[in-house]
Amino acid sequence: MTRSSSAAQTAAIAILTATAAGSLLMILAGASPLEAWRALGAHIVGSRYDFGQVIFRATPLVFTGLAVAIPLRAGLFNIGGEGQMTAAALACAVVAAAVPDELSGWLAIPLATMAAMATGATLGAATGALRVYRRAHEVIVAILGNAIIGGVALWLGNRSLFVGDATRTADIVPGAQLTSLGLAGSSASTSVVGAIGAALAIGWLFARTTVGFTWRMTGSGLEAARAAGLAVDRARITAMTLGGAMAGLAGAHFVLGHKHAYEEGLGRGTGFVGVAVALLADGRPLPILASALLFGALGQGGLGIAELVPKEMVDVLQAVIVLIAAASLGRRRAR
Amino acid sequence: MTAIAMSPAALKVRASRRFGDVAALSDAALEVAPGTVHALVGENGAGKSTLMRVVYGLCRADRGELTLGAPVELARHSVLGAHRLGVGMVHQHGMLVPTLSLVDNAMLGHEPLRAGLLDRGRARRAVIAAGERLGQTLDPEAMVGAMTVGERQRAELALVAVRATRLLILDEPTALLAPREVDALFQMVRALAERGGAVVLVTHKLDEVARVADEVTVLRAGRTVATWTAAVSPREIARAMIGGEPPPPPARAPAPAADATPTLTVRELIATDPRGGGARQVSLTVRAGEVVGIAGVEGNGQRELALAIAGLMPIEAGTVAIAGADVTTATVATRRALGLAYLPEDRHLHGLIGDASVADNVALGRLGEVSGVTVDRAAVASLTARLIAALDVRPTDPTALGAELSGGNQQKLVVARELDRPQLRAVLAVHPTRGVDLAAIARIHDRLRAVATAGAAVLLISADLDELLALCHRIVVMHRGALVGELAGAALSAAEARTQLGTWMVGA
Repeated sequence: MTRSSSAAQTAAIAILTATAAGSLLMILAGASPLEAWRALGAHIVGSRYDFGQVIFRATPLVFTGLAVAIPLRAGLFNIGGEGQMTAAALACAVVAAAVPDELSGWLAIPLATMAAMATGATLGAATGALRVYRRAHEVIVAILGNAIIGGVALWLGNRSLFVGDATRTADIVPGAQLTSLGLAGSSASTSVVGAIGAALAIGWLFARTTVGFTWRMTGSGLEAARAAGLAVDRARITAMTLGGAMAGLAGAHFVLGHKHAYEEGLGRGTGFVGVAVALLADGRPLPILASALLFGALGQGGLGIAELVPKEMVDVLQAVIVLIAAASLGRRRAR
Repeated sequence: MTAIAMSPAALKVRASRRFGDVAALSDAALEVAPGTVHALVGENGAGKSTLMRVVYGLCRADRGELTLGAPVELARHSVLGAHRLGVGMVHQHGMLVPTLSLVDNAMLGHEPLRAGLLDRGRARRAVIAAGERLGQTLDPEAMVGAMTVGERQRAELALVAVRATRLLILDEPTALLAPREVDALFQMVRALAERGGAVVLVTHKLDEVARVADEVTVLRAGRTVATWTAAVSPREIARAMIGGEPPPPPARAPAPAADATPTLTVRELIATDPRGGGARQVSLTVRAGEVVGIAGVEGNGQRELALAIAGLMPIEAGTVAIAGADVTTATVATRRALGLAYLPEDRHLHGLIGDASVADNVALGRLGEVSGVTVDRAAVASLTARLIAALDVRPTDPTALGAELSGGNQQKLVVARELDRPQLRAVLAVHPTRGVDLAAIARIHDRLRAVATAGAAVLLISADLDELLALCHRIVVMHRGALVGELAGAALSAAEARTQLGTWMVGA
């Protein structure tokens, strides 16, 4: 069996199991599963607005999913997407608010995006370098890094960046705002184009390029790749760097495409859901698009069932999907 | 002898077992009489170990029958059951816990009690008695980790033999032993048989069969293809093992010219493992076209020497040079660019990637040739096809995963990939034919000879004296991290060569 077909099988099993478990929980909660599922579905495809919201929710998940997937294929686990995204969002907002008017027409978006990517990339690179050169485990580093970044961002904001009474930075210049897709007033913006483009580009990197090949070999056989003369240390750091840059794009999505400023708690949790998105897609860029869409839909649909069952139901569904995916991936690796 | 011949067999087994699509055993049968040493031989993957694991209760047979004195229901057979019936097994790599003393190991699972407390004194006396039974002096308080591999194996054999009153199974027991240690082991095996015990010796070394076995059974592809109850020539056994004529004995590559340039130079190299062991002050030179062998009991620094030359372990002192260029601190990539090929000891760790396809594994070692910014997939495909054909790698499917290949085919793939490199100057081959079947061994030896003839310097580290004597122009012996002896030229063909090397190997 090929790897991709078994990954698709895993995803199907995970989703079916989650459906069954969800139905059971709905019955326990005293609701009719049929009714609850219908309400969930209605909030996903019921209107152009709902659909736009699904796109809006899925877009940053593509980025944070890629942030996990790239290092994952190179053998490292980037759980620092949350912090990388937060720091990048702050940097992005500061740059996008400071772009002088004469440049804002065409340079504001690239500048702000690059600030976000560079910030995420730097944090990713630092985590990778600590792993490779100091043997500090990247998961521990990233967990602590997430806490530090959250704290520092709030401190920086309160000290100098937040304006007025709100925990919010100054508005970005109009030229830095991404165009809305105009789906019935939903928050979906052109950032979705960037997300699809990023997934395609990363997919091409893995499939065709020497860099991608080196990442894959480093991830599936570190010592064999080292013995074959591949630059495995560099590969691990660059994979973390690019992963961090992807998390940075998630931050840019929220700032440039939605809030048009940095706010405390912006996009909170998106980095962590990205782990689930990447695991369900087995770390493969194109399936990540589908995986992100599923999680985006669940998030949006969850709003529709709040009246019938506790809204935490959606969290449970997501967790079941990830558990099944993780267990099945682990089994495949063990063989 | 008549009495023994008439007594019921110590073991009668007939078993079939499939693993997925592969029939590991197809009605394989074996019968062993009390008081005999029975050699079970066959190529790698012939099913020897699987059949013995069925007998020992480690592996379920799909169907078959088993008699250990009385009929045993195979579906309910277990290791505990095997122990109760007086069956013991000594595994290739041993089952003693290195961080415990001999007596603690002996007590594991068989704790002698007195008034509810451990009776250590009794266990200690039992260890000594177990050794004496087979002419060994065992120190019950010796730490297993501090014993040599040979000592460990003899101690384990003595301990297991006490309980294995009906049948003792030895699975490739000599793989890690020096010749002298093999002698000591075989003396113990003979002593056991003379006391009426039955011994199954699983091996693929035919000279051992001739030395110690009374009877021989040959497995091929999971079937019993021959059984002899009297002396038989190694050639006849080999024919049964491979189902055809064995390949002719290998010849050496032509000797290099006396003034051939030194290609691989190691000077006063020190590379030690923090856990102990390593190469201490090793100096050697391999000239273009020369095959130099390093003999030695495993664990005497060969591993570290190889890793240091390959660039996978830091060098504490001394130098390594390839074709005159100092590579002591160079990256693996630099060494490879200078023409170093590496056939690693652990092909699963350093040789190929089980999770990657055959084509990816080829590209892995040849990336510079088949890629720029992008990987040239057509170039990878044609190179892969050529390498698969060159060493008859099976399956021939380039999308098969590395892990799906048998050990022999994995090694052939690594050999093909490494020795086919353009600008090959030096070859570092570590146990290149270990765990590989006879046909693959012949091909690997052919390739090594061919690259030496073409002018590459070959450094061959092996525990197999036959292999070294067949291929090398010069053999040095490594003991406790240092080179302690050297034989070259005519001395290698002399009858005493083997004895001399064996003596150096144990540090005498």
